[in-house]
Amino acid sequence: MSQKPKVLVVDDFAAGRELSAEYLTYRGYEVATAEDGAQAIERAGEFLPDAILMDLSLPEVDGWEATRRLRADDRTKDIKIIALTAHALETEKERALDAGCDEVVTKPVVPKDLEEVVRRQLGLDRAPGDRAGSGEGS
Amino acid sequence: MGIARLDTAESSPNSPEPEARLRLVEALLGEGDGPRCAETALAWLADHAGCERSLLLVVDPEENRLRGLCCQGCDGEAARAMSVDLSDRTHPLVVALESQEAVTFDGPDEGRRRPPPETPLGPVPFLAFPLCPDAETPHGAVGLMLLEDPDRRSGLKDVLEWVGSLLATRLAALAYFRHQKTRQRQRRERDWLRGVLEAVTDPILLTDGQGRILIANSGAEHLLTTDEETGEGRRRAVALNNMLFSASLFTNAEEGGPSRRELLLVDPVDGQDLLFELMTTPFPLDASEVGMVSILRDVTDLSRATTEIEENYRRLRAAESEIRAERDRLDVILSSVLDPILVTDPVGNIVLMNPHAERLFTVPAGNQDREAERRVRANDAVFTSFASDIYAGRSLRWKKELTLSDPETGKGIPMEAVSAKTLSRPGQDTAVVTILHDQSEAVEKARLYEQVKRHSEELEERVRDATRELADQNELLRRQALQLEHASAMKSQFLANVSHELRTPLHAIVGYTSLMMEGVAGELSSPQREKLGRVDSNAQHLLAIINDLLDLTRIESGKMPVRIEEFRLADLFDEVKTEAESLILASKLQVGFDVRDDLPAMASDRQKVKQILLNLLSNALKFTPDGRVDVEGAWHEEEDRVSIAVADTGVGISEKHQKTIFEAFGQTGTFYTAGQTGTGLGLSICRRLATILGGDMTLESEEGEGARFTLQLPRTSEET
Repeated sequence: MSQKPKVLVVDDFAAGRELSAEYLTYRGYEVATAEDGAQAIERAGEFLPDAILMDLSLPEVDGWEATRRLRADDRTKDIKIIALTAHALETEKERALDAGCDEVVTKPVVPKDLEEVVRRQLGLDRAPGDRAGSGEGS
Repeated sequence: MGIARLDTAESSPNSPEPEARLRLVEALLGEGDGPRCAETALAWLADHAGCERSLLLVVDPEENRLRGLCCQGCDGEAARAMSVDLSDRTHPLVVALESQEAVTFDGPDEGRRRPPPETPLGPVPFLAFPLCPDAETPHGAVGLMLLEDPDRRSGLKDVLEWVGSLLATRLAALAYFRHQKTRQRQRRERDWLRGVLEAVTDPILLTDGQGRILIANSGAEHLLTTDEETGEGRRRAVALNNMLFSASLFTNAEEGGPSRRELLLVDPVDGQDLLFELMTTPFPLDASEVGMVSILRDVTDLSRATTEIEENYRRLRAAESEIRAERDRLDVILSSVLDPILVTDPVGNIVLMNPHAERLFTVPAGNQDREAERRVRANDAVFTSFASDIYAGRSLRWKKELTLSDPETGKGIPMEAVSAKTLSRPGQDTAVVTILHDQSEAVEKARLYEQVKRHSEELEERVRDATRELADQNELLRRQALQLEHASAMKSQFLANVSHELRTPLHAIVGYTSLMMEGVAGELSSPQREKLGRVDSNAQHLLAIINDLLDLTRIESGKMPVRIEEFRLADLFDEVKTEAESLILASKLQVGFDVRDDLPAMASDRQKVKQILLNLLSNALKFTPDGRVDVEGAWHEEEDRVSIAVADTGVGISEKHQKTIFEAFGQTGTFYTAGQTGTGLGLSICRRLATILGGDMTLESEEGEGARFTLQLPRTSEET
């Protein structure tokens, strides 16, 4: 394992943001966080994550707009963006896909399932923290 | 020369005196008349030469006869009657004349050398002395001088020769002048005749016995003669005319005497047929030959005119009968027209009326009704005033409203009078035709129309008011509808927002619970794990409520998406069985899944069918304390319908609650007593989803006897 996969967690709701960050860190990812869209764009530019968990309803620049901007930037356009939203209506999901998200996950979701989505999006066999043949956790 | 002769005569003892000769010469030159000259000469010979009885004969070249001219000492009448045919060459006098020598005839009694011809001189010897003019006049002897007593001729020879020569010359000269004069007159007369002929426009011609033209005026020449310049066409026409004319001529000739008949010729110039009346009169040319005078009267135009007159007459008769028929028709029409019609003359007198007009303007014979008579007069006055206006006016048509009264009832009749002037050729008014339209009906109709119109307007006004009211109400309703729509949208938005706001903390609750259960925050003791399980199950329940609320919102706002896919019901049952496995195990009930083997694949929204089925199954498990639950799939082939029933042996549902069980938040109190909780939305959502999928949800239950929920679906649906 040369380098940990990097995930940027964007959420203005601290509990949700920290839950994701803590669990993904626990599963072996390198995690950075952002509290709004503008911050997310800035962090993404510095941190250059492999995946972003993007909340959609954000102050200032919202998740849809942030996704569009990231997709428009050469450095960030290939990052996997997974929308993680409390919006449950289909129209909101479609808007997120239209803005450029790779997948939409509706809250609530248990951390374990969320990590599986990230892993699938990054094309990984197992979580970075798992050793082959060993059980979960570290 | 004369002088020389006189000299010679003077030398003779019997010679007359030179003065006497001179007097004779003067007398002869002064006399212009032949016979008088001859008389003077014979008298002179009697006086101066002793020739007491003598006779003078002259040649008439036109008649070719020798005629007596005058005599001396004998019967003048007989002398003038004497005539000898010069063609009789054996006649002694003719012989004497032609010999140009003096011949002596003896008396008959002597009867020797020549028998004397019979003359007014009687049977006496005489000397025939030819009168020969000088050599200057080249004619032969112009006459014979017969002198009785030929014995004295020797002594008188010179005198006789002188007088003979003188007289011959003078007679010849006179004859010449006379001849010239005659010819001149004849020429003039011929010209006149020609002029007369030409003055006649009808072709006139004289033909000989063979039909050859002897004389023709230009009219006849035009038809029957050609010259060198005549064209071929005209030549042929003329030849044809000649043929026709000759044929007609000889036909006539056979009949003899004057005759007339028709003859058709061709105009040689324009080729038109010309019809002539040919009048012929036989005309003796000489003793042996009879010619024919023909007069052709052109009757072509006459014939045409005659035909035209006949045609005109025929037309006139036809027109007459037509007019008669027309008049009869007009009479019928006039009588049948219900409007009164009047014709007035320029003075305003009514000259013609139809029966309907008569009713208004005349009093029936024998009617004693004074009132009617008065009304008729009043009508007449009104009409006369109207008619005089027309004559005063310039326009040909006139229209006016008149009010007449019915002579019988006295009721006023509003009339529209329409008049037209009839003009004669020079623009004089000849008559006025007036038609009166009874307007009573029209006036009544107008009144009724007004009434109807008023009613109609009132009605319209009412309709307008009603329409306005309706429009107002509509507007109100529209606003209310808009408000309702708005409220509904607000509600949906609110629920969506609520869902969002609830999910966010729920996400943290569910997430941290899961995280702890996974041991991320350290190993948990068994009681801890159990308590955390409670948190999780309640969080899941809360999530179910939120999801149900959201579904209801989707359904109510018509935003529930439907995705049709093909699937087998048996597969779906297996899937439901697997997902509900933990619930089934927890319930400790017997659960059976049964589906007909021959059921074909379905086409419906698999996710929703599954949601409904899970909901029904979880309800059945929840409310069945003991016994069993059966899930049955059936196919109603004839209607191609699928029914999925979930039957339990549970608490059942009272009749009262069955009525409200499909309403939102309609969970019955029974459920609580059973210590179970539901969202209160599940069955409501299930039934609505069934409706969205084209099906229905039914319930059979009795309280305490279990329940049987059945989902009815069309086997195949199409995405809308």
